[in-house]
Amino acid sequence: MISIIANHWQDLLYGLGQTLLCSILALFFSLIIGSFFAIFEVVPSKTLRVIARIYIEVFRNIPLLVITMFFYVVIPMFFVKVNGFTAGTIGLTIYTSAFIAETVRSGIQSVDSGQMEGSRANGMTFTQAMRYIVLPQAFRIVIPPLGNQFINLVKNSSVLAFVAGFDLMYQGNTIASTSFDTLNAYFVVGVLYLIITMPLSYYMRYLEKRLD
Amino acid sequence: MQNFINAYSWVDLRYLLEGLWITIEVSVISIVFSYILGAILGLIRYIKVKYLSAIVGFIIDLIRNLPLLLIIFFTYFGLPNIGIRLNPIWSSILAMSIFESAMLAEIIRSGIGAVDSGQMEGARANGLTYWQAMWHIVLPQAQKKMIPTIVSQFISLIKDTSLATIIVLPDLMYHAQIIYGQNSNYILPMFLALAVMYFVVCYLLSILSHYLEKRLA
Repeated sequence: MISIIANHWQDLLYGLGQTLLCSILALFFSLIIGSFFAIFEVVPSKTLRVIARIYIEVFRNIPLLVITMFFYVVIPMFFVKVNGFTAGTIGLTIYTSAFIAETVRSGIQSVDSGQMEGSRANGMTFTQAMRYIVLPQAFRIVIPPLGNQFINLVKNSSVLAFVAGFDLMYQGNTIASTSFDTLNAYFVVGVLYLIITMPLSYYMRYLEKRLD
Repeated sequence: MQNFINAYSWVDLRYLLEGLWITIEVSVISIVFSYILGAILGLIRYIKVKYLSAIVGFIIDLIRNLPLLLIIFFTYFGLPNIGIRLNPIWSSILAMSIFESAMLAEIIRSGIGAVDSGQMEGARANGLTYWQAMWHIVLPQAQKKMIPTIVSQFISLIKDTSLATIIVLPDLMYHAQIIYGQNSNYILPMFLALAVMYFVVCYLLSILSHYLEKRLA
C-alpha cells in the first residue's frame, strides 16, 4: 500500500483533482439548470410545467452511464469532438440536474404559499416574488439534500472512468492493472473518495438535525 | 432512417431484450440479498447493542460514501488477489448487494424508528416478548412505510447495473455496445433503444412506487 502511494501519488492527486473539478463544475451547472426546471414546475404556464416534468422524468429514469456515453460516442459523430472529461461532466450535469430540480421543487413547495400571495398582494410580479421572497427561503430548506446530491455527484463522477476522464477511479484502475496489486490500489482510491465524502455526509447530517 | 429499420431487426432486438433480462435478473437477486442483509444491519443499528451498533453504523457509512463502481472493481479484480474468484454475474450481484444493503439498512432503521413507540409499549404490555413484538407488530408496520422507498432504491439499482458492463456483465448496456461496435451506423438507434428500454422499466417502477405510497399511507 505504501509503495502504491509512493510510486503513484502524482497520478492519484491528479485524479483526485479531476474528480473534484468535475463534481464542482457539474454541481454548479446542474444547480442552475435544476433550479430553472424546478421553477418551471411551479409557474402558472401549463406548457412549461409539462416540459419540466418530461425533462425530469426522462433523465431521472435513464442510467447516468447511457447519458455520458451518448455524449462521448454520439455527439462526436455529428457535431464536435468532446474529450472524456467534458462528456462526463455534461452527462453528470444533465443527470444530476433532474434530481436537483426535484429537490428544489419540493423546497419551493414547502415554503408557505402565503409568502407568495403576500408578495403578490404587495405589488411584486411573480418573478420578483420568486426571486426575492420564495427562492431564498426554499434554498435554506434544501441545503442538506443538495449536500447529499453533491456527495452522490462525487461518487457518480467515477463514471468518468468509462470515458477516459482521468478521474480518481480511472487512475486507480490504471494503477491496479499496472501494479497487479489490485486490492491495495482500490483501497487507496477508496480512502481518497472517503476523504471527500465522509466529512460532507456527517456535516449534512448535522445540518439536517439542526434544521429540525 | 434506413439505419433505424435495419438496427431494429428481430435478431438485434432479441439480443437487447436478453441483455435487459440479465439486467433485471441481477437487480432482483441483488435487491433480495440486500433486503435481507439490510434488515439485519438496520435492526442492529436500531436496537443499539453496545459497540456493535456503532461499528455497524460506521461500516454502513463507509460503504454508502464509496462509489459503486469502486465496489464492482473490488469484487471482480480485487478479490481474486485473496483467492476469491467470481464470474461477472456473481461479482456484480455481490457488489450491488454490498452497496445496496448499506443503503437499505439506513432506510430500514429509519422506517422502524418511524413506527409510533406506543405500538411496542402496547405489545409489551400485552405480554409479548421484545422480539415477538418486533416481528409481529413493529416490523410489519415499518415495512409498509418503507416499501415505496425500497422500490425507488430498486430503480436506482437497475440504473446502476449498467456500470457492471465494465467487468463484462452481459447486460442491456453491454449488448447494445456489442451491436453498435460491429456497425457504427447503429450507434444512434442503439442509444435510442437503450434510453427507451431503461426509461420504460424505471418509469413503470416509479409509477408503482407513487401508487404504493398513496395506497399504503
